[in-house]
Amino acid sequence: MSWFDRLSEGLSRTREQFSESMNVLFNRGPNLDQDFYDSLEEALIQGDMGAISASEIVEQLQETAKRKALPDAHSVLELLAETIADRFVEPEHDPFDTVPGVVLFVGINGAGKTTTVGKLAKAAVDAGHRVLIGSADTFRAAAIEQLDVWGERAGVEVVKRERGSDPASVCYDVIERAEEIGAELVLIDTSGRLHTSVDLMRELEKVVNVTRKRSKAPVSVVLVMDATTGQNGLSQAREFNRALQLDGVVITKLDGTAKGGIAVAVSREIGLPILRIGVGESIDDMRPFDALEYAHALIGEGGN
Amino acid sequence: MFDNLSNRLQDIFGGLKSKGRLTEKDIDTAMREIRLALLEADVNFKVVKSFITSTKERCLTAEVMASLTPGQNVIKIVLDELTKLLGVTDSKLVLSSRIPNVIMLVGLQGSGKTTAAAKLAYRLKKEGHSPLLVACDVYRPAAADQLASLADDIGVKIYRGDGKNPVAIAEQSIREAIDSLRDVVIIDTAGRLHIDELMMEEAAAIKKATKPDQILMVLDAMTGQDVVNVASAFAEKVDFDGVIMSKMDGDARGGGALSIRAVTGKPIKFISAGEKPDALEPFYPDRMAKRILGMGDVISFIEKASAIAEEEVSEEEAKRFAKTEFTFDDFLASMKQIKKMGGLSGLLSSLPGGDKALASGQVDEHELDRIEAIIHSMSAEERRKPNVINGSRRERIAKGAGVEVYDVNQLIKRFSETKKMMKKYSADMGGGKKGKKRHGRGSKGLGGLNLPDGFGDLFK
Ligand SMILES: Nc1nc2c(ncn2[C@@H]2O[C@H](COP(=O)(O)OP(=O)(O)OP(=O)(O)O)[C@@H](O)[C@H]2O)c(=O)[nH]1
Ligand SMILES: [Mg+2]
Repeated sequence: MSWFDRLSEGLSRTREQFSESMNVLFNRGPNLDQDFYDSLEEALIQGDMGAISASEIVEQLQETAKRKALPDAHSVLELLAETIADRFVEPEHDPFDTVPGVVLFVGINGAGKTTTVGKLAKAAVDAGHRVLIGSADTFRAAAIEQLDVWGERAGVEVVKRERGSDPASVCYDVIERAEEIGAELVLIDTSGRLHTSVDLMRELEKVVNVTRKRSKAPVSVVLVMDATTGQNGLSQAREFNRALQLDGVVITKLDGTAKGGIAVAVSREIGLPILRIGVGESIDDMRPFDALEYAHALIGEGGN
Repeated sequence: MFDNLSNRLQDIFGGLKSKGRLTEKDIDTAMREIRLALLEADVNFKVVKSFITSTKERCLTAEVMASLTPGQNVIKIVLDELTKLLGVTDSKLVLSSRIPNVIMLVGLQGSGKTTAAAKLAYRLKKEGHSPLLVACDVYRPAAADQLASLADDIGVKIYRGDGKNPVAIAEQSIREAIDSLRDVVIIDTAGRLHIDELMMEEAAAIKKATKPDQILMVLDAMTGQDVVNVASAFAEKVDFDGVIMSKMDGDARGGGALSIRAVTGKPIKFISAGEKPDALEPFYPDRMAKRILGMGDVISFIEKASAIAEEEVSEEEAKRFAKTEFTFDDFLASMKQIKKMGGLSGLLSSLPGGDKALASGQVDEHELDRIEAIIHSMSAEERRKPNVINGSRRERIAKGAGVEVYDVNQLIKRFSETKKMMKKYSADMGGGKKGKKRHGRGSKGLGGLNLPDGFGDLFK
């Protein structure tokens, strides 16, 4: 069962039913013994929460459970979900639904930036905003053509230049065009890059700076991260944030079996809110983020 | 970031001299550290668990327990076992006598299949084959355009077919290859989730239609714990012969490689480390083991450095090097090479303990720019003969580069230190009389293991 299936199911089910899916844990019986806590820790590590965070959380949980004299595993699991949910930072605003606004999408190669721009453009159109897309990935082969298709699907104009042109200039163009046609929300796709590439990160800094300078509307920068990402996700978030002062993160590909625990670490350690989750390749496969639901889905199939 | 595991193990065993002998508890503590390092590297939890159990056993033997350097012994055993788990080097593309040979690429969305396909084609072309790239991703917008553009860059023919049926396209491509005298067919497929039954069936159908000689799974080096689910499903439903690890030019430790190998038994064939067509490298288990443990990848780095140096070094430079007339121009060239290899952070992170230096902000990437600017504002004469740079020249240079005179002084001082080191190095190497290849390695201050020392001095 995919993460997203678990999430949707979790939404419609009662708490008891939700707890049923923990059969692995419950097979150990309601005893709150060391084995139980060990398997919780395992589940968290297997969900990409990181070994250190996992043991931190479980220790904290164990203490609280003792202090509150929690009766059984059910209540401990509920508390676990809350503990995880508490680790997420709340967003100050929703950059995809606050107009006027300009949002730049950044991230490593193949994370899902272009697809995310397409999905969010459609959502913004549906919400009644006038939207414009900018194609600042002037590097990757056929990136512009790919974004063009998404523009068509969303019914949104795409501002572009030919491949190889300066991405910062495209941003300039797109804001100019937005002002011309009175667009309220501007979504800009950038080319994928590794956070360790000094030159490419510097280029991106320039792109963001030019956009921030040129735009009268507030500019947000959003990191797109693949849910299958392991502990390297922290390094990614740290570096992109250091260079660009990020406003938040979109987690993609949660329709797979990856549990997306790295989102917890990224949110807590780097202080970045999770803004949306991507759950498929179609234009409507974008969902709002809810910390508690996310936490439930994360531990949903733990211990296997 | 984790600092160097070997340092931490030395710390754990540090008290040994006073204690006299090692206890099982000491080994347990060490194993905890190793477990953390492996998990931090995204090695699958279950793989870690069984690995630790078996390694611990080996470490508890008298040979280690009684040793005076248990830290090193433990590291050695761990590296040994990891290397063994990662399998043997097998980066050859074994082509069968059948013509055309068929190679099929599979993997999750965004894992890097399309670029890997082009890199493979480029490699085969260089080996004298004439590959045909086949675009079977009919889903992602402009995916075929992307492959077409890459194929064009490397001068390889592409087959896109018509219609929207990837199985038919794959099938037709074989005929196309025969008609146009291509001896290898490389099929790029759409990214798919391992739990997407229809898509997995499609992959199996492409396989059935084309009977590939090799199926390679492309895996993102940054993948976390889920890698085991993904790889097992692919192994079961399409089966594959080996793995290409992509995005290895980042700082991911790549524990997924170990996990895939341990769980499916499939070997890692290549690592892909860059966006250029030639960035497909052989896989070395021993280096990967060190990388997973966070112990740097010095050897790979040095080889990369020498490859670049060898490409670029000219006879004249080689001669000059023999006389150790190291100039600011050489210095500038070294600087460029460092940038090529991923900048200072790239350099440092591939050295043991490098991540730590980076994390604690000891490295200023802009330093390279500053140095470049200073050298650029020197005249040609000054670059060749730094001795002529007097006080007023220093002032002029500083102004030109937009830095303080102090910075210029510092650079000149470090430059002469490097020069001294070069002289010494060249003497060690027998005065540079060992032919061009040697010069290549030693030139421009990028020689062998002296590199970290020499350049370390520069950025103090
Ligand atoms: N299953 C699934 N696939 C996704 C999701 N989001 C994106 N993808 C797929 O992931 C692949 C890469 O997505 P892109 O949007 O091209 O990623 P990108 O970050 O723009 O990639 P580059 O521009 O090449 O760096 C495509 O095949 C997408 O269809 C998602 O939420 N779920
Ligand atoms: Mg893109």
